[in-house]
Amino acid sequence: MTARDQILRDIRKALKTPAGQPAPLPPPRLTIPQSDPDQLSDLFAQKFEALGGKCLRVPNPSSVPPAIADLLVQKSAIASNSPFLRKCGVTGLPQVHSGFTDREQLKDACAASDIGITSADYALAATGSFVMLSSPSEARLVSLLPPAHIAIFPRSRLLANLDQLFTALPRPADQTSSMVLITGPSRTADIEQILVRGVHGPGEIYAVIVDEE
Amino acid sequence: MSTRVSLFVTCVIDQIFPQVGIAVTQVLERLGYQVDFPPAQTCCGQPAFNTGYTEEARKIACYFLDVFRDSEIIIVPSGSCGSMIAHHFEDLFEHDPKLLTEARSLAPRIWEFSRFLTEFARVDDVGARFDGIVTYHDSCHALRELRIRDAPRRLLSQVRGLTLREMSAAEECCGFGGTFSVKFAEVSGAMGRTKIDSIQKTGASTVVSIDSSCLMQLQGVIDRAGLPIKTMHLAEVLASQ
Amino acid sequence: MKAPDSAIHQAIDDPRLQLAIYTATGRLIDHRAAVVSREALPDYQALRDQANAIKRHTIENLDRYLEQLESNVTAHGGHVVYCRTGAEAADFVLDLAKKRGVHMLVKSKSMTSEEIDFNERLEAHHLEAVETDLGEYILQLAHQRPYHIVAPALHLTRYDVAEVFTKELGVPNEVVIEKQTKTARGVLRRKFLEAGIGVSGANFLIADSGAVVIVENEGNARLSTSAPKIHIAIAGIEKVIPRAKDLAVFLNLLGRSATGQPLTVYTSFLSGPRRETEIDGPDEFYLLLLDNGRSKLLADPEKRQSLYCIRCGACLNHCPVYRKIGGHNYPWVYSGPIGAIITPQFHGVSSDTWLPFASSLCGACAEVCPVKIEIPKILLKLREEVTEVKRREGSGGLERFAFQLFAWIATHPRLYLSLAGLGSLFFPLVPKIGPLKKWASQRSLPEPAKQSFHEWFAQRRRS
Repeated sequence: MTARDQILRDIRKALKTPAGQPAPLPPPRLTIPQSDPDQLSDLFAQKFEALGGKCLRVPNPSSVPPAIADLLVQKSAIASNSPFLRKCGVTGLPQVHSGFTDREQLKDACAASDIGITSADYALAATGSFVMLSSPSEARLVSLLPPAHIAIFPRSRLLANLDQLFTALPRPADQTSSMVLITGPSRTADIEQILVRGVHGPGEIYAVIVDEE
Repeated sequence: MSTRVSLFVTCVIDQIFPQVGIAVTQVLERLGYQVDFPPAQTCCGQPAFNTGYTEEARKIACYFLDVFRDSEIIIVPSGSCGSMIAHHFEDLFEHDPKLLTEARSLAPRIWEFSRFLTEFARVDDVGARFDGIVTYHDSCHALRELRIRDAPRRLLSQVRGLTLREMSAAEECCGFGGTFSVKFAEVSGAMGRTKIDSIQKTGASTVVSIDSSCLMQLQGVIDRAGLPIKTMHLAEVLASQ
Repeated sequence: MKAPDSAIHQAIDDPRLQLAIYTATGRLIDHRAAVVSREALPDYQALRDQANAIKRHTIENLDRYLEQLESNVTAHGGHVVYCRTGAEAADFVLDLAKKRGVHMLVKSKSMTSEEIDFNERLEAHHLEAVETDLGEYILQLAHQRPYHIVAPALHLTRYDVAEVFTKELGVPNEVVIEKQTKTARGVLRRKFLEAGIGVSGANFLIADSGAVVIVENEGNARLSTSAPKIHIAIAGIEKVIPRAKDLAVFLNLLGRSATGQPLTVYTSFLSGPRRETEIDGPDEFYLLLLDNGRSKLLADPEKRQSLYCIRCGACLNHCPVYRKIGGHNYPWVYSGPIGAIITPQFHGVSSDTWLPFASSLCGACAEVCPVKIEIPKILLKLREEVTEVKRREGSGGLERFAFQLFAWIATHPRLYLSLAGLGSLFFPLVPKIGPLKKWASQRSLPEPAKQSFHEWFAQRRRS
């Protein structure tokens, strides 16, 4: 008998005695607050900055490069292959390396860069979170290895909260092998409960919300 | 024709703190109730139940059902005994339909003392006077099983001359826990000392609770530490004039 | 096994440790309270009910959901490996590592792996398993067990950490916490990038997606599951929930209950190896589904709910006993109230008969449990089982006699009334509940009452 067979058999045997009343699966409970796009941007910025991030709002894609220019001074950056980043002119900037499709090259570039620049598939206002799906446009390590991370996304991708994310995207596994919610800079309080930022993931994070696509 | 209420005084009060039972009687009579005390009463069985002796607890619970079968209102000046009778008798009689029905019919007839005053008698002011700074200890069963939090505080706030100050650790366990206080005496003592620290910070001269076993634990730790703090059951405060 | 009285004594007598435990758990208590208050989360009780109902349904239909999970993991290119024991899980990893020529793997925090002594098993066969969560990394270097489910190094000071780093890494003594963290980051960064396998736990397994969900604050789980070419997730079979949509409820509860964070910094939803068009991510994914006795816990319908646990640690933080004795005085890797109820179920009640009694039954744990496990009720059930075992074995006779006598007196009113003075009812309990010495070691004794209430009332009636 395989381990699988034995375990499933043991489970079925154990469950022969049900615990009290029948236990139906309740319908999913998803609560989405009412809000307008402006409110969402404000709420996102508030939550994001309370976590220690810095949030910038710009009117349109072409206003992105000047907005992030200061952040890139004397720094090397790697940008993901997101079409939105290209539209914003980020991938064309001098210190920004982009267009990686080979895993090893990407890894080495990320490890050597000061800043990782990505877009975001969604952002959650209630918690100040980025939602990133791994794809040909967005590799996992760009938002993870460099010590700083900038996410640039259109305002239209803002959602109210986690519940709305799972309403918009009830089956993330259909689209990607990795969906990550990023809520603030990497941190730990493992030693004496003292907060330290930037343990393994980026310690500095920036959000650039672009009002007009 | 005044309303008759039965009193289950609990074995700890009967044997060690009878003055609490006297105070309960006095307050109830002051409010015009006729207090009946079935003399055959003994214990609710909680010590046995909590130590894993369910058969013994069952015997005692059965006996309790007999003694109080005809009582329509049963006043219990203890959160832990109150919850034992109102909630855990059902656990004891899970497999006996007849006794389970009896236990279920008993539950709504059980009234913890402070809840009786505020919800049945509907009085917050029982005409009491007590001068001093008091802090209130939420006993665990009262707080978490009977959901009693506001009633004692409302009653205390109406006592003339009394200043009520909340301690930060009001909802933390005092450390009694029945046989726990002996089996794990050191932990129990440490828990008691944490409560005393919190009590001291309020500047209160008296700590009040609705559970005498908690008060016994706290007074024991207080006396060992040589502190001038008194413990009193809510009923004693309400009886004083 | 007897209660670790002298170790408990040491813990209570150590003011630095007491302060560390009390303030750390106190902080977690306050942070949680702030984010589950009526203002912050008006739905909190409804969410708990929903989480409890989902867990209840899932556990009652566990085989079905495991099969669905397996089918979806496989559909996404992953492999499910059922493991009856920790040895089977370790053997699988050793075997795979050998086949792929892997000598070092990185690990993110997993209580399940601690449960099965995973690292030790691997190291016995010369496969290096590097802990990457900062607290766990420090403990690995110090050869210690975690002190708390969520804050493993709660009991260590920066000076302890400095000593460990100097001794094990050869670095100069450094007590600034930020610098210590940087040191660990530097060492571990290399490990992430060189490791051939990344091993993770899983907070949740999603049946309809074939996914594992991992929550963390540092980024080490993301790195462990994204940089190496192979990802292995080890999870207890009870971690499964039915739908991705259900995750919202659990994520809303987990971070808040554990540390007061509405969401932890990273929440990863991983389903299988990287898709063909994705640039990075593992090429191979294995989900190790661990039984290790869980099917045994399933068998008891009353205690089955112990498997609902989402390992938030809230019960530990609020437990007045944990806050005094600390995490190392529990016999197993799981401490606090949840440890107290699952340890006897995994190991048999006879192995640590004292454990279910190491509680005042205050109920603070049940009040904060996000999935509403009735911990005190289960403790009482376990106490009943212990007394049953003792009865059958013929031990604990004195205590049993005491309670039988107690019940006799309590059901015979004339006997009860005729025993006058202090402790008349308690008299039989004194030799066992006694030695009065034990009570008296911590408190003064109450003064005897001159007249019982019975007597007072009878007297009053006569006059």
